[in-house]
Amino acid sequence: MFQDFSLFPEAASTVAGRVDELYLFLVGMTAFAATGIFSTLLFFAVRYRRRQGRKATQIEGSIPLEVLWSAVPLALFVFAFGWGAKVYLEVHNRPKDCMQFYVTGKQWMWKIQHPTGQREINALHIPVGEPIELTMISEDVIHDFFVPAFRVKRDVVPGMYTSIWFEATKVGTYHLFCAEYCGTKHSQMIGEVIVMDPADYEQWLSGQPAGADPVESGRLLFENLLCATCHEPGPRQRGPSLAGRFGTKVGTQAGRQVPFDEDYVRSSILDPMLDLSVGFEPVMQTYKGQVTETNIQHLIAYLKSIGAQPVAGETSAEGEEL
Amino acid sequence: MPELAATHHGPLAHHFETLEQQKDTCTLGMWAFLVQEVMFFGGLFACYIVYRFLYPAAFLEGAHHLSPAWGTFNTVVLIGSSLTMALSVRAAQLGRRRGTAGFILATMALACVFLGVKWIEYGHKFEDGLIPGVAWHPEPGAAHGLRIYFGLYFTMTGMHALHMVVGLVLMVFVALRALRGRYSPDNYIGVEVLGLYWHFVDLVWIFLFPLLYLLGRH
Amino acid sequence: MTTSARSSYLDAEPREDNYLAAGYGIKSWLLTVDHKRIALLYLISLTAFFTVGGLFAVLVRLELLTPQGDLFQSEIYNRLFTMHGTFMVFFFLLPSVPAVFGNFLLPLMLGARDVAFPKLNLLSWYLYVAGGLLSFVAMLAGGVDTGWTFYAPYSSTYANSQVIVSALGIFVAGFSSILTGVNFIATIHKMRAPGLTWFRLPLFVWAHYATSLIMVLGTPVVAVTIVLVAIERLFHVGVFDPALGGDPVLFQHLFWFYSHPAVYIMILPAMGIMSELIAAFSRKRVFGYPVVAISSLAIAVLGFLVWGHHMFVSGQSVFAGFVFSLLSMLVAVPSAIKVFNWTATLYRGSLSFRTPMLYALGFIGLFTIGGLTGVFLASLAVDVHVHDTYFVVAHFHYVMVGGVVMAYMGGLHFWWPKFFGRMYPENVARTAAVLIFAGFNLTFFPQFLLGYLGMPRRYHAYPEEFQVLNVLSTAGASVLGLGFLLPLCYLAWSLKYGRKVGPNPWHAAGLEWTTTSPPPKHNFDAIPTVEHGAYAYAELDAEEVAHA
Repeated sequence: MFQDFSLFPEAASTVAGRVDELYLFLVGMTAFAATGIFSTLLFFAVRYRRRQGRKATQIEGSIPLEVLWSAVPLALFVFAFGWGAKVYLEVHNRPKDCMQFYVTGKQWMWKIQHPTGQREINALHIPVGEPIELTMISEDVIHDFFVPAFRVKRDVVPGMYTSIWFEATKVGTYHLFCAEYCGTKHSQMIGEVIVMDPADYEQWLSGQPAGADPVESGRLLFENLLCATCHEPGPRQRGPSLAGRFGTKVGTQAGRQVPFDEDYVRSSILDPMLDLSVGFEPVMQTYKGQVTETNIQHLIAYLKSIGAQPVAGETSAEGEEL
Repeated sequence: MPELAATHHGPLAHHFETLEQQKDTCTLGMWAFLVQEVMFFGGLFACYIVYRFLYPAAFLEGAHHLSPAWGTFNTVVLIGSSLTMALSVRAAQLGRRRGTAGFILATMALACVFLGVKWIEYGHKFEDGLIPGVAWHPEPGAAHGLRIYFGLYFTMTGMHALHMVVGLVLMVFVALRALRGRYSPDNYIGVEVLGLYWHFVDLVWIFLFPLLYLLGRH
Repeated sequence: MTTSARSSYLDAEPREDNYLAAGYGIKSWLLTVDHKRIALLYLISLTAFFTVGGLFAVLVRLELLTPQGDLFQSEIYNRLFTMHGTFMVFFFLLPSVPAVFGNFLLPLMLGARDVAFPKLNLLSWYLYVAGGLLSFVAMLAGGVDTGWTFYAPYSSTYANSQVIVSALGIFVAGFSSILTGVNFIATIHKMRAPGLTWFRLPLFVWAHYATSLIMVLGTPVVAVTIVLVAIERLFHVGVFDPALGGDPVLFQHLFWFYSHPAVYIMILPAMGIMSELIAAFSRKRVFGYPVVAISSLAIAVLGFLVWGHHMFVSGQSVFAGFVFSLLSMLVAVPSAIKVFNWTATLYRGSLSFRTPMLYALGFIGLFTIGGLTGVFLASLAVDVHVHDTYFVVAHFHYVMVGGVVMAYMGGLHFWWPKFFGRMYPENVARTAAVLIFAGFNLTFFPQFLLGYLGMPRRYHAYPEEFQVLNVLSTAGASVLGLGFLLPLCYLAWSLKYGRKVGPNPWHAAGLEWTTTSPPPKHNFDAIPTVEHGAYAYAELDAEEVAHA
């Protein structure tokens, strides 16, 4: 029971320390306020206890005091908001060039895939000092990816991608918890994040059964599912070219501008008619039931990897046919 | 000094001091209740707005499966029922027992016509296979989100119909009380708050009709 | 006129036509329209549901003594914490203060003979009991395991438990809440005695008015959310199911739009009790009365604007997070103002430390901690870490138990002699108050630490290093449970053996103390005309001297 007992969690990421600073400020503020209130109560309780011959003095109030004890808490709380918002941006905004991992949550396990293709269940080996981004989706109910030591947490939602990033600062093994109640084995949907020296990480990777990395798997799917037929320049091209589109905006036939992001790719694969690109016939079939969430993640990885190339009649002003 | 009013059988309830206080209180109570009804239907309208934004094609397609003719007819019927209800309140105000009950009966009749039409419409949807979870077999190529459209259609019109049925039950009570002479020009608040409730039910339909039936029609 | 209203003040003989004696037999209770009897009906059923919820809590804490899930299977444990939550939130906390104290006291404090709609009031009680019985039946039929927040799509598509019956129980009880709110709004607006202007009202009334606004505006939204979940389960419409095109996060918006204001339904009436207790046991008007009155309305309004702070990590945009975080900080301010005003009321007062005052002082301390830990949760970066951990559990128990329940107990002791004409035994009551305070802190303070360490909530088993704090928490829960058992016993005892009291054993200000204990069925022989504001202790003391 007393093994590993501690009152404060380890800080093992670049943002953890800053979250802890804010937390300790708030603890201090609470302790100060509580001590202040308690001691005032105690003092008044003793000083003004009921005694023979002493009546209470009726006091209406005091506008200056009301202003003071409205303004001071307001200022403190708004300050806490500002500080919290600032650190939140650090927690939320990811650096460019993160290592891209893909996570699928399902009742009741975590399936994780490394950028180089290795897969893990309920464990995540990462190198220390490298920014890691996880693109996550659930296969069933809402889960939540929570690593207390990194001070990061994000819901993992079915039907929608969410992402989380962190950079570990200390080698070690840390808890991974599911933090959104998801049914019977919610408390068993736990795992470990194992942070290693870069060299050890490489060694570990090479010791794992090699799988095709997500980008390569995605490329194979793109060909095997015949996406290339319609979406690459060629005699039977009937859909928009997808190279270099990731991160741009798409004009839809409903008149909206939607971002070409993970969710757009996923919904286009599963429900092509929903946000059809302007200028194209509604002929794409749905792949619902033919692709798993992991397949879709691989296709996304592939699409992210194919950069902008001049394509017939579209992006290049010179219009060089390929 | 006001005395305890011996009012067990009079129009003034024992806990009120004057008839005017009683009337004002009942009116305020009904308005407060209607505010919460607005919030209830408001939640459904919020869902409608979200999904209409997400699936505009499905909502257009769904609306085309509905009959604007029946919808318009029903709207006229319901507005008519609000008229008869207002006339009932007026009759109560003038102390006319049979007029009060008669106009309530007319309101009930119109309400039943409305519900009858809805029954017919629901029947058509059943035949067309457009009732999620009960009979769902739309034509292939139906827009994604059509199921949600119809789910919302049935939930919203169903809840509305439920409120109409409650209104019908209340109308029976009020009509009977009217016939028994419980209302008078000094005390017809029961009819008036029923009227308020019924006008609200009408108002909900005035919003439902264009949002569900008239999408994409000019 | 003040004289005739006060002539019964010194009359120590309880009247024979008091409301308890007016009619015997179960029918006279089950068909009563007397707001006072309805309040007692609520008191009995609330106590029953609190006991059920409490038993579930005991079982949860017993399981958490050890890191392994070895006392119950996961399926059972998930039902235990869910039903602890649903029974406590929907069948105890939400109705508690308004149903017992609001019902009994509002007409008395307003100088009225009853609430605006007495029959509706009885219907409210029946609806509440029906809802509770439905949930109880759901429990017997296997229980529900979605958590009291029954998030979609787990609740709407995946859960294999009595979701619909449970949800229906909550729906029906919600109706009870709405009708009570309608009743109170009408009563407070239209049934005040002559001379009782808004700013002469006791703060208890202001608090219940603000609460009623929330009950009426917020409850229907959870009602429609429940309807949608039921329809989803029965007809698979897809409104919350992504596989059919729905958005599970939409559920969260709809749910929290009510459930955040709901916590203000719980705390505001408790704050109303607080004002009455602090005033009575300091023998002073509450410091800053108009500010405290308006702060209740401010909490009600702002409370509707902050629901997104439950969803900071659910995938909403950064901008939305900023807006909800800032607004959540704002809603903390009126609560802080109340705490300061209550504390300032003690200044130069004449303080007595009878049991109600002990509970009131305990409230101030515990609510300060509970409220400020809310600021932790409103702060985006910290919330990312502690969301869905035991930190949240500790926060809401501090405000709900350390706040609402303490105020409820304080009010129960304060108005017990008014309800029954009998005083409770002071020494054992004080002991119980201290036990409850100590047991509470031992139970829930360690949970703040557990939360920051990372222990998620709703966990049946946990890593070993969390055990020490869990053992402390369970130890505290035993003390807390014992603490609650004591009043159950001595309050019941006092009904027969407690010292009989006159109209105003506390020499407190307030119209309810000008009528006998227990009050007559019709509350007042003559409707009083009010000539001064609430907490008129100076006048009260002067009259006491004049009569002595």
